[in-house]
Parts: sequence; structure tokens; C-alpha cells
Amino acid sequence: MTRLSVLALLMATDGLAAEPLKLWHAYRGGEEQAIEAAVKRYTDKTGVQVELLSVPYDAFSSKLTSAIPHDAGPDVFIFAHERLRQFHRLKVIAPSTGRLDRSKYIKSTVDALEVDGELYGYPLSLKTLALFLNTELVPDAPTTTDDWLKALERTTDPSKPRFGLAYAAGDFYLHAPFVFGFGAKLFDDTTGRATFDTPGMAKSLAFVKGLQDRGFLPQEVSGALVKSLFNEGRAAMVISGPWFTGEIDQAVKYRIVPLPTVTETGLPLMPFLGVEAALVSARTRQPEQAQALAEFLSLGEATALRVNPGRQIPAELAAYELTEVQQDPVISAFKDVAARAVPTPNTLEMAKVWEPMKLALRGVLQGEVAPEAAGQLAERRYRALNRDRPPDAPKLPYAIALVVALAGFAFWRWTKRGPAQAFARRYPEAARGLAWVSPAAVGIFVLIVIPFVWGISLAFFHHDAGEYSFVGLANFTDILTSKGYRVTEPLSFWFTLAVTIAWTFVNVTLHVSIGLALAILLKDPLLKLRGVYRVLLIVPWAVPNYITALMWKGMFHRQFGAINGLLSALGLEPVSWFTQFSTAFAANVITNTWLGFPFMMVVSLGALQSIPQDLYEAAEVDGASKWTQFRRITLPLLKPALLPSVILGCVWTFNMFNIIYLVSGGEPGGATDILVSEAYRWAFQRNEQYGFAAAYAVLIFFVLLGWTRLTRRLTGPEAA
Amino acid sequence: MKRSQLTVALVHVVLVLACVASLYPVLWVVKMALSPAQSLSLSLNPFPQEVTFDHFREVLLSHDSQGRWLFGRQLLASVVVSGATTLVGLSLAVTAAYALSRFRFPGKDAGMQTLLVTQMFPATLMLVPLFAILQRLSLLDSWGGLVLVYSTTSLPFCVWMLKGYFDTIPRELEEAAVMDGASAWQVFWKVVLPLARPALAVTALFSFMTAWNEFILSATLINDAARFTLPVALQQYVGEWKTEWGHFAAGALVVSAPVMALFFALQKYLVGGLTAGAVKG
Repeated sequence: MTRLSVLALLMATDGLAAEPLKLWHAYRGGEEQAIEAAVKRYTDKTGVQVELLSVPYDAFSSKLTSAIPHDAGPDVFIFAHERLRQFHRLKVIAPSTGRLDRSKYIKSTVDALEVDGELYGYPLSLKTLALFLNTELVPDAPTTTDDWLKALERTTDPSKPRFGLAYAAGDFYLHAPFVFGFGAKLFDDTTGRATFDTPGMAKSLAFVKGLQDRGFLPQEVSGALVKSLFNEGRAAMVISGPWFTGEIDQAVKYRIVPLPTVTETGLPLMPFLGVEAALVSARTRQPEQAQALAEFLSLGEATALRVNPGRQIPAELAAYELTEVQQDPVISAFKDVAARAVPTPNTLEMAKVWEPMKLALRGVLQGEVAPEAAGQLAERRYRALNRDRPPDAPKLPYAIALVVALAGFAFWRWTKRGPAQAFARRYPEAARGLAWVSPAAVGIFVLIVIPFVWGISLAFFHHDAGEYSFVGLANFTDILTSKGYRVTEPLSFWFTLAVTIAWTFVNVTLHVSIGLALAILLKDPLLKLRGVYRVLLIVPWAVPNYITALMWKGMFHRQFGAINGLLSALGLEPVSWFTQFSTAFAANVITNTWLGFPFMMVVSLGALQSIPQDLYEAAEVDGASKWTQFRRITLPLLKPALLPSVILGCVWTFNMFNIIYLVSGGEPGGATDILVSEAYRWAFQRNEQYGFAAAYAVLIFFVLLGWTRLTRRLTGPEAA
Repeated sequence: MKRSQLTVALVHVVLVLACVASLYPVLWVVKMALSPAQSLSLSLNPFPQEVTFDHFREVLLSHDSQGRWLFGRQLLASVVVSGATTLVGLSLAVTAAYALSRFRFPGKDAGMQTLLVTQMFPATLMLVPLFAILQRLSLLDSWGGLVLVYSTTSLPFCVWMLKGYFDTIPRELEEAAVMDGASAWQVFWKVVLPLARPALAVTALFSFMTAWNEFILSATLINDAARFTLPVALQQYVGEWKTEWGHFAAGALVVSAPVMALFFALQKYLVGGLTAGAVKG
């Protein structure tokens, strides 16, 4: 350890001076051009080389938290401040306290970067919500909610149809301004705990529900709908952020103003403020250079570049003196908007608010929960998601149990051994066999078995911010007794298990029956265009499944989706696919069936071809009908050929994460989540409870293991 | 066997409907890729009203600030990684499956069971341990690491497939070759493998697809945009606040095209290869 650090020191002093700094970000388009240009300026000025890496947004956070602790990460990275606390607890960021000059930035953007009295990183830009007005319909900005309601009344016109307002109302990020505007506090002043069941919360929900009920606001609004309504002049006002300006058609005349003040409370609708910051890695080997680069990116010429071509709303105060910024109606407007915004708390408590609030909000908007009852609903979900840390368990009994189990297993194997026989006689080809298997066995052992055992052992630990504590079987007992919620709630293991089994059963049944039916049609060698049909029907299999999932998600879109288009064309009512369990489940099944039937079709095709044709000829001679032939010849002979594929198909479907995650996303309220997506949420979306997630994974594993054992026993040893 | 015209017509109607259902979503992606807008284009009509190749041009000709042709390099990365995965995966699978099919040795049944069992543990939870292991093997930020992970993840399925297929090849053929003086390796290389061609084709396709379509691991392990595989590049069009649907669709078609081509090239093996093995699985 000491030798290593001495070595690191030596390298840091001279050897590493030439090593480039690594800067990671998730920017695209103009923002990417801006960061590239800024980095180039930096290199020209200081001679320090910088390597840029643009990481897909979806993979960015996991890449950072995996790479930095292993010294494989960047020196500087750009991330939104909401994750600061988590980064801090995982020890991946270094403080900038003392270096950062507070007076140079908008105050709230610096406040956002504070964790336990220390500052981390340098604020680059901010994102918040404003009111976009179509100035032809709404010439004057409403300052109070009373004005606003009048303007909404005036501009809403069901005959066109035209809405006064459009925004993604089901997203808590967009609802938060109403919560604060109606005087509700999200966190208890003394304990800091999240609070949901408050009068202000109920009023905010009732207000928004009122907007929807009076027809001012369309139902189930998505980003795509907001954009098209505003561009077509069918929404007079929109609540959105700076990213929306890139989506507005040039023909639309618009203005950006702060959200109005609530007449009843006198408080403005205060949106959250998100700050993007240049953060310095705690593990950088060149801390001085890394801090200097991060600071450079937040100031002066780098800010100018981020304004143009980056189109960002800068955090640096001096930027608003630039004529270019003053003449820019968008950027200058957002400065006023930001003045009213509250930085999204970077506390761990904040991270726990999103899921319960989403549930409550959607419940109210869909009319399933009264606004007054929604707070309680959120409160219940909050409690269920945030388990108390189970008490530490003594390690010794578990160690003894493990040793006893292993010894017992060895003894059992020993008693089951065959008749005493020389090893060489029992396995005459042992050496050759092992030699042939060993390359694959080593690979599987290192890259599959070790991570697998690792994963299983995690299930006995509780994970909290990088610290693991041994809790024995507590994770399992909590899951199996569904501690904290009823068995019939979507969060319960048993509920999810039932959904998963239904999901697997319905899918595999559909895959096999559709696949088999098509195979029977395609089997006929005299059929014209047989090859063409076969090729076209395999297409879904060849499309990567995440593309399939995104594609179908779009097709199930409430307002624009092709499926609802088809339904309307047939004179049926369009369906809100993701607001009810049955339709959301159906949407998942349809997607997965589209993607899964070709595999079963091909397998069935091969199996059918292996059935000797003379059996059918003999049956024909005996006068058996087609249906009898199918039942007496095809099915029995098909069974052994199809069974292994069916078993494999079940295992794959049982763990089909992508479709659930990308199509329904568990909506409504987590009801369509299956076990594996639930495990993923516990691991990555609910405060990184890895141990709990691993316990889920172990249970999934045992369910599947038990099930395959059972089918093996039922169908005899010849199958699988 | 005589069939009425009506039955034939009915069969065609059913098949045409099935083809429409399987092609419609794909056409819809084609439409998004060819329409000038960068947004989700959502309507019943699967044909674009206005055709432009801008999205394809932007995706195919993307360069980074150092003037490197990103798409070209990423295509190379994908081809190299997927090709190597196929090669490594296939050689590992073939030898293991042959041994499991032909020889008796201790731990054989346990090994077969382990293979099946590994398919049951959710892969999403393996990322954390895998990263640590690859770091210890100094395989982070290298195509080698990706190739090893991909080829082992596809291995269980491949071994099962191939073992089933080898079981269907009569041993007499090998015994005859041994009589003629062939070595064990020659028997394997010259007799068994050529007979197993359909199963080899299917296994190769499966390994190739595993590597070609994966993006989470690739994005997590590789630290240079020019060495990302194509699905990672594709994923970059999906942002936190907005998604460049036009680019995504164009990229999706480009990424899917080679897999489709392989499917069509190998489809005559597909039917035989998948099932002959499964018959005796």
C-alpha cells in the first residue's frame, strides 16, 4: 500500500504531467460542440491535454459508480446535482470548497452543490420550469392563478379542440411547483423526513385535477403531445424547460415567463432547479489540474461557448452582462425564472419522494384516488420502500450452518456413489473429456459462476452507501412475509410472483400456439411463396429487443399511437394502455409475442419436418380426419422436440426485463412489474438496496429451479 | 392430396396477415428514419409523406472533434467484437459440447445442470461483480474483456444446443473413421463438425447476436467513443430530456440490417439446426 502510494506520488510529480485529463459527459448536439470547443481552448491555454468521452445517458451513472472506485474513471465529469449526495457517500467526488468563488455564480446554483457543509464541483448551467405562452393567444403573462384560470377559460375551446394548457402532469417534477405554491413542505422541518399527507399537497392535487376536469388540460399528456399541441396552436400555454425551445416550430410566436403566483397563498409556483456541474473525481491522480479544468469550464469563455452553440442557461452571473445573452429572449427569461426556483434537494430523502409521489399523482389524475386521500397513499408507499435497516446478525451460526450444509452435501454424494470401482474403469475417458471441457469450464467459472456466487452472498447483506453489513436471512424474511405492505399490493413479492407466472404462461402459450399454427401452414411443400413468408415472419426475431420495445411503446401511445389509430379507424374508443393493469399487461404481452413467436415457429417447423410423412399417409388410408391426425400424430411426436425449447422459452420470458421495463415500465403503480424488473428497481432506483435486490434474484432463481425440476419429473428424463 | 382452392386461399390470407403484423412495426421505424422530423412520428400510415436521407447521412457520417469517423470505427468495433465473440464462443462451445456428448467423466451431469441454472439468475445484477473481476484481470476498457464476457454469456445456450445435436450424430461414423486410422482430433474436425453444420450455424448466429446487440456492458467497460460498439452509439440518441427519434430509427435500421442479413443467409440451417438438437436435448 505504501509502496503504491509512493509510486503514485512519483508519477504524479513528473511522469504524469503529460497524461491527459479525462472528462466524461452525456451531452449531444450543440452542447457537445460547446464542451469540445471549451476543452480545446483550455488545452491551447495551458498545454494540458483533455480526453473527452460522451457516454449514453442511460449508462452514465452506473459507469461512473463502477469505474471511479476502481481507479478506471474520469478526472472530471459533468452531472446533475441531484446525485451529489449519493456520489459523496460512494466517495467518488472531491470537494471544491475554498476554490470556488461563490460570488461569481447565481446563488441558488451554488447552494445546490452543498453537501454537509462542503461544496462539490462547479456549477455550469441550470434547468428549471417556466411558462411558455403562445403570444397570439395569450398576449399578457398571467401573474396570479386567478388571472391564469381566466386566461385558461378564454383560450380553451373544445370545438377545435384547443387546450389552455399542456404539460406532462403525471410527472412529479412538473407537479412540484404546485406543491410549493400551495404552501406544502415536502420535508419536515425538524426531522427532515418526507411528508405527503398535508393540506397543501391535497390542494395542489385538487387544483391540477380541476384543470383537467374543466378541460383546460388534456388527459395523459406526454412530451410528444405537448410538443405537437403547442406547435399546432392547439395549446395556448405549456409548462416546460429550456430543452423545449429546440422543439418549437419557427412559425410559433412565443414568450417565456415565470409561473404565476397562487392567489390563495400569495406564494409563487416554485419549480425545482437542477444544476449541471463539473465534478472532480475523488480518485483523480492530478487533483490540481482537474480542479482547474472544472473551474475553467464554469467561467468566462467556456460559459460563452455553452451559451452559443450550447444553448444552456449559464450559472455564471457575468454571462448575463453579455449582449448576446441580453438579446436572447430565452436565456434572459430563464434567469428570472431561476430566481424563483428552489434547488432540488440533493438529500437522500429527496430520492425517496419520486416513486410515492408519482403513484399519488397518477392516481388522482386518473380519478382513482381523491386528492385528500392521495397523501396517505404516497405515505404508505414511502414507508414500504424505505425499510428500516435490519439488525446485524451474528456471523458464527451462519458460518457453522454453511459448513454443516457443505459437509452434509459431500456426505450425501459419498453415500450415493456407485459400486466401488477403480476411477479409471468408471471413467475411462476422464482425462480426454476434462481436457475438452476445460476451456469452456474455466470461462464459465470465472465470468458466470463467480459473479453468481457473489450475487447470492450479497443477499445476506444490507447495503447502504457503499457499506455492507451482514444481516443473515432478514432480507428473505422481509420479502416473504411482505413486511410493510399487504400481500395484494403490487410491491409484495407474492403479487409480483403471480404477475410473473401469468406473464410467463400467457406469453409462452401464445408463442407456441402462434408459432406452431404458422409452422403447420408453412410446412406444406407445395405452398407458393413459402420461402418469402418464412423470411418475412422471422423479421421480428432479428430486430434487437430494446428497439422492439421502444417501437411498440410508441405504437401504444395514447394520442398518436398506431394501435389507437387503428381502433378509431374501426370505430372503437381509443384505449389508455398504461393506466389500467389489464391493458398495460396486454401491451407487454403483445410486444413480447411479436418478438417471440418466430423462434417457436422455426423450432416447430424443424420438429414437424422430423415427423415421418408415411405416418400421415397411413392415417389417411385409415380414414383419420385432419384433426385426428393432428391430435394423434403431430402433437405426440412434437412434444419431445418442443419441450426443451418451451422450457428455455419459459426461463427467458420469466426474466424478460427489457420489455417490461421499456414498454409499461411497471405502470400502473408497479402492478405490471415482474420479479426481475422489481429486483432491478430495488437495486438501482430505490436507494441502492443491493442486498434486498440480490435476495429477490435468489428467490427468482429458486422459483425457476423448482419449476424446471418439476417439469423434468413430470415429463420424464428423456426431455430436457 | 387434393386441396380445395378455398383452403389454399385461406392459408394465404392468414399468412399475409401474419406478415403484415410482423412487418408493420418495422415499416414504422423506416418511416421515422426517413421523415425529416426528429420526433416520434405516430400515425396509422406506415409510409413517410416526405422522404429524406438526412438522418442516415448524419448517423453514418458522424465525426468526433478529432476528425475521427465515429461510425466507421464503431462499426469496426462491433464487427471485431462480435466476430471474435462468435469465434471464441463457438470454439469453447463446440469442444465442451462434444466432450459432454461423447465422453464419461466426473462432474458431467452437474456441469450440464449448472449451465441451465446459470440462465436463471437475472443478468442485470451481475454488472457489479463482473466489473470487479475484469479489473483484476486487467481487461477493463478493452475489446478482449467484452469478447470474453459475451462469449461466456452465450455459452450455456450454445453448449446445450450443440450437445443435443451431437447426440443425434451416430457414433458408428466416428468408429469407422477410427478404424481407418484417424486421430481423435481428425475424427472431430473432419467427421463430426461437418455433420453438425446446421447446429454450428445457429450457434454462431446466436453468439453473434448476443455481442452485436448488447450496450450496457459495452458502454460501462469501454472508455473511448471511437471504440464503442454500435448499440452504444445508438443509445446516445436517447437523452435525459429528449430523444432524437430520427437518428435513433436510422441507427436502429443500420444496426439491425446485418443481423437480418445473417438470418436470411443462414435460414436454411436455422430450422434443422435448432430442432435436430432439441429433439434429443
